[in-house]
Amino acid sequence: MPYEESTALLDEETHEAINIDRTKGDFVFPERHKFDAGHGLSAKTIDYICDVKNDPQWVREFRHKALQVFLDKPAPTHWATKDLENIDFDRIRYYLSDGEKPKRSWDEVPPEVLETFERLGIPEQERAFLAGVEAQYDSEAAYSNMKEELTKQGVIFVNSTEGLKNHEEIFRPWFGKVIPTGDNKYSALNSAVFSGGSFIYIPKGVKLKQPLQAYFRINSESFGQFERTLIIADEGAEVMYMEGCTAPKFETATLHSAVVELVALKGARIQYVTVQNWSNNVFNLVTKRGLAMEDAEVRWIDCNIGSRLTMKYPGVIMKGRRARGEVISIALANTGQHQDTGAKMIHAADETTSNIVSKSISVGRGRATYRGQVHIPRHLKGCRNNTECDALLINSNSRTDTYPAITVRGNRHATQHEASVSQVSEEMLFYMQQRGLNEGQAMSLAVNGFINDLVREFPMEYSVELKRLIDLEMEGSVG
Amino acid sequence: MTTITRPSWFTTRQEAAKARFESLPAPKRGDETWRFSNLKQLDFDGFSRSAGVPPASDDLVARSTGVEKTAAKFVFVNDSLVFSQSSVPEGVVCLPLAEALVSHCDLVRAHFMKQETRLGSAKFAAWHESMVSNGLFVHTGDNVELDGAIEVHHWISGPNTVIFPHTLVVTGKSSKVRVIDIFRSADDLSPGLAIAFNDLSAGQNSRLDYTAIQALNEVTRIIQINETSTARDASAMGFILNTGASWARNECLSRLEGAGSRSDMLSVSIPAREQEYDQRTFQHHVSEGAYSDLLYKNSLYDNSKTIFSGLIFVDEGAHHTDAYQTCRNLLMSDACEANSMPGLEINADQVKCSHGSTSSQIQDEEIFYLRARGIDPVRARQLIARGFSVEVVERLNDPATEELVLRFIDDKFAHIAGGGA
Repeated sequence: MPYEESTALLDEETHEAINIDRTKGDFVFPERHKFDAGHGLSAKTIDYICDVKNDPQWVREFRHKALQVFLDKPAPTHWATKDLENIDFDRIRYYLSDGEKPKRSWDEVPPEVLETFERLGIPEQERAFLAGVEAQYDSEAAYSNMKEELTKQGVIFVNSTEGLKNHEEIFRPWFGKVIPTGDNKYSALNSAVFSGGSFIYIPKGVKLKQPLQAYFRINSESFGQFERTLIIADEGAEVMYMEGCTAPKFETATLHSAVVELVALKGARIQYVTVQNWSNNVFNLVTKRGLAMEDAEVRWIDCNIGSRLTMKYPGVIMKGRRARGEVISIALANTGQHQDTGAKMIHAADETTSNIVSKSISVGRGRATYRGQVHIPRHLKGCRNNTECDALLINSNSRTDTYPAITVRGNRHATQHEASVSQVSEEMLFYMQQRGLNEGQAMSLAVNGFINDLVREFPMEYSVELKRLIDLEMEGSVG
Repeated sequence: MTTITRPSWFTTRQEAAKARFESLPAPKRGDETWRFSNLKQLDFDGFSRSAGVPPASDDLVARSTGVEKTAAKFVFVNDSLVFSQSSVPEGVVCLPLAEALVSHCDLVRAHFMKQETRLGSAKFAAWHESMVSNGLFVHTGDNVELDGAIEVHHWISGPNTVIFPHTLVVTGKSSKVRVIDIFRSADDLSPGLAIAFNDLSAGQNSRLDYTAIQALNEVTRIIQINETSTARDASAMGFILNTGASWARNECLSRLEGAGSRSDMLSVSIPAREQEYDQRTFQHHVSEGAYSDLLYKNSLYDNSKTIFSGLIFVDEGAHHTDAYQTCRNLLMSDACEANSMPGLEINADQVKCSHGSTSSQIQDEEIFYLRARGIDPVRARQLIARGFSVEVVERLNDPATEELVLRFIDDKFAHIAGGGA
């Protein structure tokens, strides 16, 4: 087949494949909000949120201060995409809730909320393999429950509001410490209007065998979701936390801007798994960072399939000796999508090691970007970093960029960075077709082969789901 | 200084450039093209052009030794021509820029500073354009091969002197040219400044090799801006050696404009003491089916610092591109600092692109291996460090140029404690 002809065909078919998949999260229920902060953001909005949530005074001050930082900071368009200028902060609604407390049982959850999460398969997954679930609907959690024996062991798994009110002595010392308000414009915005998200505390030596899960759902048009998550794993504790997210496809763009802070104390281990599948008019601007003390490990396992623009660079500050940081990332960018993802590794103690493996796939006119930062200061010794980023281009107008920045001071460290860009070759497809696969199956197999070693890093139930998702995205993507 | 008549288009360009220089903002913190840079180095107050040729220029001419066999040789002291010798064949224009502006006015005009400076130094390129008075102009007809290199020595003499050396090379169809620029200071103690520009345009199926040797004294700063373009099936090679200067900024931009063209971008930097080298590169694939390969190697001693920021940019439609980019840092002290930002922006498919960046020290195993063969540890480190740079030098593929470059490299090692160990 001539080259141009085959690519023209690819686009149309790919487009169809996208539409098939999006339907899973693309449904909406009528709004039924008791509390609505209205459109736009001002000091009044902050006070409204504080009043509804009955925030303590220190939180109110924290929010007001953050609002000022947000207003003062310019959008980072000198290095990031100009698409950020299309976010109209005056049209967004910053707080929506029905005023109900999160329920401990699915039976008490309002029927349309229950149906939403049923359709997304959450209660089923909870029964099958989860230690606890929190399900957030717009600004607040609708459901929050955890296995009873964990409560007995002293594990705390609540939403952020409950965390800051009922567990202030653990919550407050770490809140906003890993990611200060002024870290960037969008972390400041989150600090001003945050609502929902999880607060988790795992006591010394407690190792959770099953993961905890949070699911974030946007149901209202022009709504901005700003959840705030803080996870603290005390000495020797272990936890895996998974988050998923979807939104229906509205006419206007929606904003999701979360802040996630992880604290792994001595010898602790935190794994944070994200499968992001927002509809593709969501701006997803997320700040995620972990702090790893001596012998601790923080792993970010990140998969971005949805959204219009995602900007997310999970980071690890390795503050204790022999701490370890890792980011495993898969991004799939389709037409109309820009996945701008990466990793930030800050070495702040001797013998710390970090690893970044990033794979991206650009389909149709999609654009995938990797941005990374690795920093090893002078006074340390024995630090190591490995960075690998590979990009796969499916169509002739797909786009991929890589912008790493690596600083090494002193000669007692080792870093290596490698990146490659390639595409599924005609020969490879031809070979597989010879063996009886149709072209779509062949493409899907090639793409799955490209990310297979990373998919295995996800919990089993997720990796099956992921493979299926990618199969769907690729279905019929070639003639 | 004698008054020289300049063509009116040139004076107009210089006036416009002056206005641009004055209106463009200075680089500031937060500019991506100046990330990790030490912006304090950009304070150029107190530098001025020297008036006339300094008295000791005969001595500098005598010290201007390069390769044995040259096609042409020019020596400039503070941008003034003090020596010239040329034996280029017919069909080749090889003249000091000041002379070419008069004798080949339209030819210079057609090629003079055509590309936009986009790697951060637009302001300083404008400064250069407004001040440039001399340099090298080479233009060849079709099917001409030069025997031996065109060698140009640029000296800075006297305290607080600024020079604006310019090199403009245009090759015709299927011709072959090699140019060597050597930047040096007359003495070790006078602070100097060079705002240099070299513009290389390789015509169809031609071969253009350019080597810049920067061995200024360690109280001098230099900004060197390179712009290279390659036509169909052309091949251009740009090599930069940095051993001197307290601070050097290199901006190299290669535009691959013709199918089947090739650009090799090479550099060896050996900073020691407090030296800082800041290198920015851009491999711009405009046409499909072109090839570019970049290899930059830094050996860092003492408190030195390097920045490498490279970008491979593949335009929409530039399919079947092969582009490679490698930056390697050899860390020879525990106080040095290496920053690497290897980047890719790909807008086409059927593309083979990769980049790699490493930072590491000499491994104990390597020293052990050489010691087991009777070589003492100091010598072993010297050998490994030298071999690290030689790998790039060999890519020059011309024994005479390689020998010249190695002479400067060995001279640098001789001025590092332990001979580069």
